[in-house]
Amino acid sequence: MSLARAPLSAKLGLFVVIFYVLVAVFGPFVSPHSQSEIVGGVWEPISSKFWLGTDNVGRDILSRMIFGTRTTLFIAFLATSLSFSWGILTGFFAAVSGGWIDQVLSRWVDLLMAFPTLIFALVVLSIVPINMTTLILVMAVLDSTRVFRIARALAADTAVLDFVEAARLRGESTLWIIFREILPNTLTPLIAEYGLRFSFAVLFLSSLSFLGLGVQPPAADWGGMVRDNSLGITFGRTASLIPAAALAILTVSVNFVVDWLLDKTSDIRNQG
Amino acid sequence: MSTQLIRLILQRVALGVVTLFVISILIFLSAEILPGDVAQTILGQSATPENLANLRTQLGLDKPPLQRYMNWLGGIVRGDLGTSIVNKQPVAKLIGSRFTNTLFLASVSALIAVPAAILLGLLAVRFRDKWPDKFISATTLTAISLPEFFVGYVLILFFAIKLPWFSSLSTVSASMSLGERLHAIVLPCATLTFVVLAHMMRMTRAAIIGVLSSPYIEMAQLKGVSPFRVIFRHAFPNAISPIINVVVVNLAYLIVGVVVVEVIFVYPGMGQLFVDNVSKRDLPVVQACGLIFATVFIGLNMMADVLSIIGNPKLRYPK
Repeated sequence: MSLARAPLSAKLGLFVVIFYVLVAVFGPFVSPHSQSEIVGGVWEPISSKFWLGTDNVGRDILSRMIFGTRTTLFIAFLATSLSFSWGILTGFFAAVSGGWIDQVLSRWVDLLMAFPTLIFALVVLSIVPINMTTLILVMAVLDSTRVFRIARALAADTAVLDFVEAARLRGESTLWIIFREILPNTLTPLIAEYGLRFSFAVLFLSSLSFLGLGVQPPAADWGGMVRDNSLGITFGRTASLIPAAALAILTVSVNFVVDWLLDKTSDIRNQG
Repeated sequence: MSTQLIRLILQRVALGVVTLFVISILIFLSAEILPGDVAQTILGQSATPENLANLRTQLGLDKPPLQRYMNWLGGIVRGDLGTSIVNKQPVAKLIGSRFTNTLFLASVSALIAVPAAILLGLLAVRFRDKWPDKFISATTLTAISLPEFFVGYVLILFFAIKLPWFSSLSTVSASMSLGERLHAIVLPCATLTFVVLAHMMRMTRAAIIGVLSSPYIEMAQLKGVSPFRVIFRHAFPNAISPIINVVVVNLAYLIVGVVVVEVIFVYPGMGQLFVDNVSKRDLPVVQACGLIFATVFIGLNMMADVLSIIGNPKLRYPK
């Protein structure tokens, strides 16, 4: 995969994603203030002292954006990774096993997907206590159904190929076939899907926090910051648009990279 | 309609009913399986064991789950959605006009979004790979990536604050006329339309392009039929079934989008009620709202499948 020949949009997208990751990892070390420290008046405009202004109780928005990026990306990353590991494992397992195992798993996933994720999450979050662990688990479990579908479809295409048949005849175990034969041959579309699911997780978490049912205050995260500052809009204060825009820029960028990856995959498939 | 067609449709409807039934079990049982005790949550950490026991009896939590599930489902079938824990009112009364409000907002958005999406999709195909297509595609790709609250607050900033044409709060009440109601929901409606329009338009475009690659379209082009006629008279009728599917699936998506949009604009609908009661942990209200949303969602998806079965003969002969 040569990055040099990628379209400009993909390069730009990749650059933005890397920037966000750097902010999430190293940002808090250089952040001017902590995320909960009150440093100025309410909704102060952008100035040399407060680069992005202050929020609804006078906290520095730049600092909260930095910590918020870390919280948001961290939760989304863990949830997506968990959902991927689980979804790929079960999806591949279903495709390789076939028969009733495949039937049972597929019907179960069909059933869960017949119900909107957000509504399901809200029902669950009305019962369990809302904290980082439950948020990650709820998001991962609900999202793994989507991963299962795509992983199963990819693996079903690959599982009928000669080299898998050969491995089977050699007497390799199911796990060996999953990890050594199927996974390497489905990696690029899976990485693209990971990008999509990750940006979806960021959006989903932010929606939950915006509804007051995600990351709990005083911890900063993008959706929660939109919620905190939403009243300001009526006074013409745009503080709530900053985290919303950060979120929009990230999802657009991820989509650019994913488009490029998917193009690459279809090229390779067509040549092969 | 042949008997075979009717049988296929009935099968699909039966599948929908079974799905709904299992979902209702999931909604109800989640309270049993998941860690977390409603009585404890309501009373807080300082609750005495007697208070807890009293509240559990009052909520019926001391009865076996199966019996409570049957009572709950039986009540819903008779139109009794249960009683709110927090304010002791019947859930049906709390939902009341909120359901119609949500339906109103969603229907108006759908009435605008569906024709607009199909028209834009057709336009994009007509000018495929030229600037109108590129412009529409780039705009919709961006629109898909924008969260509802970003679109909503930008609209509020420009059309309620900078230009005071609309109110940032979409209040509707029973005494308002249709015109006043429509004026009140312009901004939430625009937000919802914007968000679903992009998805619908992109899928419409893909569906028509799929049809355009068939040999009979090439035939029409070769005999000199005008491009508009090829799209409207030759391609569109055969793309209708995938397009209907796209439309209905997106209407189902609208049901979810409506929850966030109602919170942005403080619109008195069911989404708002749902979210409020999740934070209050008022389980009967949450379960009733969840079930209603699920019913609409599953119903719409079922409708999409039935319409495609009717519209596309290929689906009538499953492998």
